[in-house]
Amino acid sequence: MSSPIIEVKGLQTSFLTEDGQIPVVNNIDFDIKPGEVLGIVGESGCGKSVTSLSIMGLIPTATGKVEGEILFKGENLANATEARMRQIRGNDIAMIFQEPMTSLNPVFTIGEQLIESLRIHRKWNKKTAMARAVEMLKLVGLPRAEELVKEYPHQLSGGMRQRVMIAMAMICEPKLLIADEPTTALDVTIQAQILELMKKLNQETDTAIMMITHDLGVVAEMCERVLVMYAGKVVEEGDVKTIFQNPKHPYTIGLIQSVPDMRTKVDRLYSIPGNVPKPGSLKLGCQFAPRCAHAMDRCISESPGLSSFDNGQQVRCWLYDDSERRKQA
Amino acid sequence: MTEPLVKVENLKKHFPIRGGLLGKTVGEVKAVDGVSFFINKGETLGLVGESGCGKSTTGRMLLRLLEPSDGKIYFEGKDITSLPADEMRKMRREMQMVFQDPFASLNPRHTVEKILEEPLIVHGVKNKAERKRRVKELLDVVGLSSWHAKRYPHQFSGGQRQRIGIARALAVNPKLIIADEPVSALDVSIQSQVLNLMQDLQKEYGLTYLFIAHDLGVVRHISDRVGVMYLGNIVELSASEQLYENPKHPYTQALLSAVPIPDVEHRPERIILQGDVPSPANPPKGCPFHTRCPKAMDTCAAVRPLLKEIEPGHYAACHLYE
Repeated sequence: MSSPIIEVKGLQTSFLTEDGQIPVVNNIDFDIKPGEVLGIVGESGCGKSVTSLSIMGLIPTATGKVEGEILFKGENLANATEARMRQIRGNDIAMIFQEPMTSLNPVFTIGEQLIESLRIHRKWNKKTAMARAVEMLKLVGLPRAEELVKEYPHQLSGGMRQRVMIAMAMICEPKLLIADEPTTALDVTIQAQILELMKKLNQETDTAIMMITHDLGVVAEMCERVLVMYAGKVVEEGDVKTIFQNPKHPYTIGLIQSVPDMRTKVDRLYSIPGNVPKPGSLKLGCQFAPRCAHAMDRCISESPGLSSFDNGQQVRCWLYDDSERRKQA
Repeated sequence: MTEPLVKVENLKKHFPIRGGLLGKTVGEVKAVDGVSFFINKGETLGLVGESGCGKSTTGRMLLRLLEPSDGKIYFEGKDITSLPADEMRKMRREMQMVFQDPFASLNPRHTVEKILEEPLIVHGVKNKAERKRRVKELLDVVGLSSWHAKRYPHQFSGGQRQRIGIARALAVNPKLIIADEPVSALDVSIQSQVLNLMQDLQKEYGLTYLFIAHDLGVVRHISDRVGVMYLGNIVELSASEQLYENPKHPYTQALLSAVPIPDVEHRPERIILQGDVPSPANPPKGCPFHTRCPKAMDTCAAVRPLLKEIEPGHYAACHLYE
């Protein structure tokens, strides 16, 4: 088995607020192997985007603090200098954002923006870089690429802009592509096109993808392994089949059941009562306990650890505590 | 058969494009280009479609928040298309709207009490004690507590804010609620809470919904019948069960197959459409979908198909079924 391309150990990202230093990502571990597609799912505020920004070194140092280890090819990015991060960003690790309109610069042409990373990281001259840009636009399935490099972002539709973003991210052949809700702003028929493209690129180039999304459908479609996050913690991890067919954590189960399924009609949707807790408001116990139907006394007082199963599934829940399971077996 | 609550005939909205020095009209955006449908009492009609298909414009025209360019709207058999503004305002007591963005649709400087009181004042509930009582009642109905009345919108979460939006729409006991993407801004676990609430309220008060959304799963769940819109036209309309199990129009088929399904085993065959939706300022001649349709024929580029009943209660606008 190949060694992971990135290993995150005990990552904790916290922000300074009026109430003190509040952790938003709380001690998470995961790794991604070359060519793998890892999905990170969770609802707003669960820390999935902050996790990706921490890896990219994009957490503002004035108020944010990143602790723990982010090992990329043996190097800890959590301690890397800004100059070093600038060498890595866009070259070894690239990122696609949700909003293709706001993440492209409106005053530069598509071509100028595409070649920027080649000019900086590879020191290519303008002409060769531009030829490569045209090639990349063709690779992501954009028509009339030669003319497109001279056009501005506002002349493109949302789906085309997202293809440009993907071309830009892939142009330096990164080892890891972080896609933060890449299709959320797009219509379903365009989303289907973009997901298809990302799958194709993943298969052809061996670039690993970290797919951050709230859409369980996208996860089922794209990912091999899934992390489910809730309130800054990983509550469940496993391969995609296990997570969908045999979810164990009450939150994962509730999340899957809450989604209205297009193929069947139920009279009443399952819903998880209550709201996501405010970061830092629950100091003790399981973060999900106030909304959990199975909550026990222990859940309120003690924070559960991860329990592992033989198939690689990991669950952070007292229901699956190792000692409990041994008793049952 | 009883008369439908709402009936719409050949409704159109063309927005002028102004250009040049004198601001002359140089073209038109055909946002809605001739839609007809009806909604029966107590049922939910879903309208789905991608951005720019005209579904929200249609919803706004029903309330005449936007004036239709052409066509007729009947509410309980009465033509409301050309009612004068003051009479229309009285009509709106019967028809209310819930908006997508619970952050933008509530005044941040008003307390919840004031927000919920306002429609009551507008629609002539003069007694202050009576209004206060009604506000308490409304909060209770949507699952909030009476002590929430003194709070401001920013003190609520997205789901709670959408509950306030629903309470505001319910304040004047309307018959019809037009819900424009009411759960799109919410997380899934909160989304299901709000959908369940809307269903409970429908049962309890016999409400009729026009439910506008782009999420096909949500629309199937809540709707009795569903209309699919593309470029300002309804291309298919039928009972929700039929539409999802047996879609007729190639656009509906592609749309349904494009939705990623949270299931790893059963992967349906996917129809990937090429290109983007054409601009509504310059829609294609003939069938609006023919430029992207995998089954397009010669007639499709020339003649626009009309919405026809191809099976009982199942309408589609496509030359394949002629």
